[in-house]
Amino acid sequence: MNVTLINPFINATIHVLETMAFVTVSAGKPYLKKNNVAVGDVTGILGLTGVANGTISVTFEEKCILNVVSNMFGETMTELNHEIADAVGELTNMISGQARRELEEAGKVFKAAIPSVVTGRNHSITHHTDGPQIAIPFSTGNGDFTIEVCFER
Amino acid sequence: MDTSIKVLIVDDFATMRRILKNILKQIGFKNLVEADDGTSAWEILQGQTIDLIISDWNMPKMTGLELLKKVRASDQYKRTPFLMVTAEAQKQNVIEAVQAGVSNYVVKPFTAEAISDKLEKILK
Repeated sequence: MNVTLINPFINATIHVLETMAFVTVSAGKPYLKKNNVAVGDVTGILGLTGVANGTISVTFEEKCILNVVSNMFGETMTELNHEIADAVGELTNMISGQARRELEEAGKVFKAAIPSVVTGRNHSITHHTDGPQIAIPFSTGNGDFTIEVCFER
Repeated sequence: MDTSIKVLIVDDFATMRRILKNILKQIGFKNLVEADDGTSAWEILQGQTIDLIISDWNMPKMTGLELLKKVRASDQYKRTPFLMVTAEAQKQNVIEAVQAGVSNYVVKPFTAEAISDKLEKILK
């Protein structure tokens, strides 16, 4: 997959988490994911259309998203509930928007759908194209999360 | 900046409405009303007087841009400050919003300072 389609999502993820949740984020090494099982407890997923069609997903471990949303709201969140699911949807939306802005500067224009959210241990992530699933793991001081980027071949 | 005015916050994500409410309360605004899409916002605008509208762009039923156009076409709200707070930061979106009469534009993600600065400008 073209790395120029991946890097904007990495940059956007770092920027969104640092700006909205005051969380310092470090990206790990991207890898090719071979199955649909989520690496975490709650996932936001969103479709993209434009110069290529694809999906992006953001999957958080429970500990990580509870800390992120606690920082966003300024109050302690203790369980995965509809408020957390809503926040994951909005974070996915913001990451998409920020990444699309960078991609537009490189001449690649995308439109995004409204995100959906899936929760539960070992839930599945369905990318709606047959392209390679590139996963990028991130760590914070309070748990990990993973983004997946999948564009059609 | 007059913080006694009534503010309508429009976003389909409760998370964003909550974050914006927290920021507005920190600034000093107390009179806050919420809607989760443009259609609900328009119903509120018909039923009570709103002094400032803060709206997302990408929402089901009626988008923020459609709401902005309805607001600007109405006698009651054609001059009401309208702040668009959105992840839609692509150039064409900004141009469309400006052409439709948006007062100012904040791109998500944002800081509390960014919201405060924009409100200072449009509520002068």
